[in-house]
Amino acid sequence: MNTRSHYDVAIIGAGMSGLAAGIRLAHFGKKVCIFERHNAAGGLNGFYSFGGRKFDVGLHAMTNFVRPGVKGTPLTKLLRQLRIDRDEFALCEQKQSRIAFGPHGETSLRFTNDFAVLEGEVAQRFPAQIDGFRRLVALVKTYDDVSLDAPPESARAVVRQHIADPLLEDMLFCPVMYYGSATEHDMEFGQFVIMFKALFLEGFARPFEGVRVVIRVLLEKYRAAGGERRMKCGVQRIVTRDGRAAALVLDSGEEITAGHVISSIGAPETDWLVHLGAGASDDETVPHEGVGRLSFVETISVLRRQPAELGWGSDTIVFFNDSPRFSYEKAAAPVDMRSGVICFPNNFEFGAGRTLPEGVFRVTCLANYDEWAHLDDTDYRAGKACWFADMQRSARRFLPAVDDATLAAEIVTTDMFTPRTITKFTGHFGGAIYGAPAKRRQGRTRIENLYLCGTDQGFLGIVGAMLSGISMANYHILQKG
Amino acid sequence: MTKDECKKLVLDIIADIAPDEDLSNVKPDVRLRDQLQLDSMDFLDIVMELRKRHGIEVPEKDYMQLASLDSSAEYLTPKFIELAAKR
Repeated sequence: MNTRSHYDVAIIGAGMSGLAAGIRLAHFGKKVCIFERHNAAGGLNGFYSFGGRKFDVGLHAMTNFVRPGVKGTPLTKLLRQLRIDRDEFALCEQKQSRIAFGPHGETSLRFTNDFAVLEGEVAQRFPAQIDGFRRLVALVKTYDDVSLDAPPESARAVVRQHIADPLLEDMLFCPVMYYGSATEHDMEFGQFVIMFKALFLEGFARPFEGVRVVIRVLLEKYRAAGGERRMKCGVQRIVTRDGRAAALVLDSGEEITAGHVISSIGAPETDWLVHLGAGASDDETVPHEGVGRLSFVETISVLRRQPAELGWGSDTIVFFNDSPRFSYEKAAAPVDMRSGVICFPNNFEFGAGRTLPEGVFRVTCLANYDEWAHLDDTDYRAGKACWFADMQRSARRFLPAVDDATLAAEIVTTDMFTPRTITKFTGHFGGAIYGAPAKRRQGRTRIENLYLCGTDQGFLGIVGAMLSGISMANYHILQKG
Repeated sequence: MTKDECKKLVLDIIADIAPDEDLSNVKPDVRLRDQLQLDSMDFLDIVMELRKRHGIEVPEKDYMQLASLDSSAEYLTPKFIELAAKR
């Protein structure tokens, strides 16, 4: 049992970014404690057990994969900074992924961890655009995407300077937006660059056992470095005095003080804790201003056999869209079924004879938080059942045909998360997985010794999240001695 | 503490923070950045590991003294000797 009530640094949230920040600080001798409201670490990228099975949340694939020997990329930086040997993650590469557009995916671009495959596909399907595509790629490669003070630019505007065909433009934006954009319709060019590199120039991989391997490694490094963590121990409010975070009040009522506070829970969510600390009532409605509008719903079907045995063996991830234009925006209905992402966790190169014990078929679509939030329990369950079937049917348009009866006979169990689930387990307002649209690159808040890391600092993906924790710990605390 | 011993301590640190680099042929008179892939995050780590492991402080204005193994040894060896004398 911990009795300490003062730390050099208190970190709110035991997700990827909070753990990474914690490892850095503890490694260099800071007294650090991570406060986590839930009983499990991982945050937006955790896992849970249900019916005796372990399900990953959020993570389809780890982006930013590069092979051993490739240096200077986010993955290499984070391995160095956290003193992780890449064998500890034991990453297995994707087979291939696809961007499939049209009512039945008539136009398709395949990509793998070898960028030449995507380049070849663009040259073949969009011969008039290939020179522009190459210019765009050259720009992406030289852009300083980790600068903490780059001026914002519209990614759509920059991409259009090089690519004139709106179909190709949309096809490139679809995966990039689905895997990290907190803004509708367009994104900041720096964010586009981070995601383009992470998905296309680098690639997808996962540990055989999924995200829990990554979490396990982080927890072990943090423990070995001397970091403390308190689980089921949320921060209820932040009390400020003279512009500084003076105390954290925990859910238990206990008070903690710290020289610095790093919050990974999101910008509006952190501001809210400060607001509560200034005496606001818990019953006040949480603010809408600055809260992200994008949320998701995901269906998970556990199959008796490997997807390959149903003819679904080649795709790792499929990004699909059935409409003339790709609309990345808050869903008007509970679920927007025009576009989405399919993931088969089985379809990674796990090595000869190694397969996941069961088949898994996941479908993710954009969803409307408000439509899900107000439902009573009966309507909520009914809504899930109805949309589950519709989403699965919608996604199957982009996969080799399997008849309904065959698929139904293969399904062992299902689960589904909605925007409501996201808010319940991550505390993000509005079920906003990717947080607030306005990122705060330097991680500053109005409070002098309170910093942000994670989603709302603006490095995306799980590798980005870890780099965010590292950067903020370095920039605000370790560099200052 | 000799300068060679000092270079060895710096190399030990680099080996830990950048285990993916081959350190068998590092030239002492060439800038580390020109022969190894080390970025500003890595240099910050060298400074911080010096503090953590050996109690040596390198103020920010002196970071460039760590550019090569030779310049590191010139700069750090007197600091190590001074520190040993205090103990």
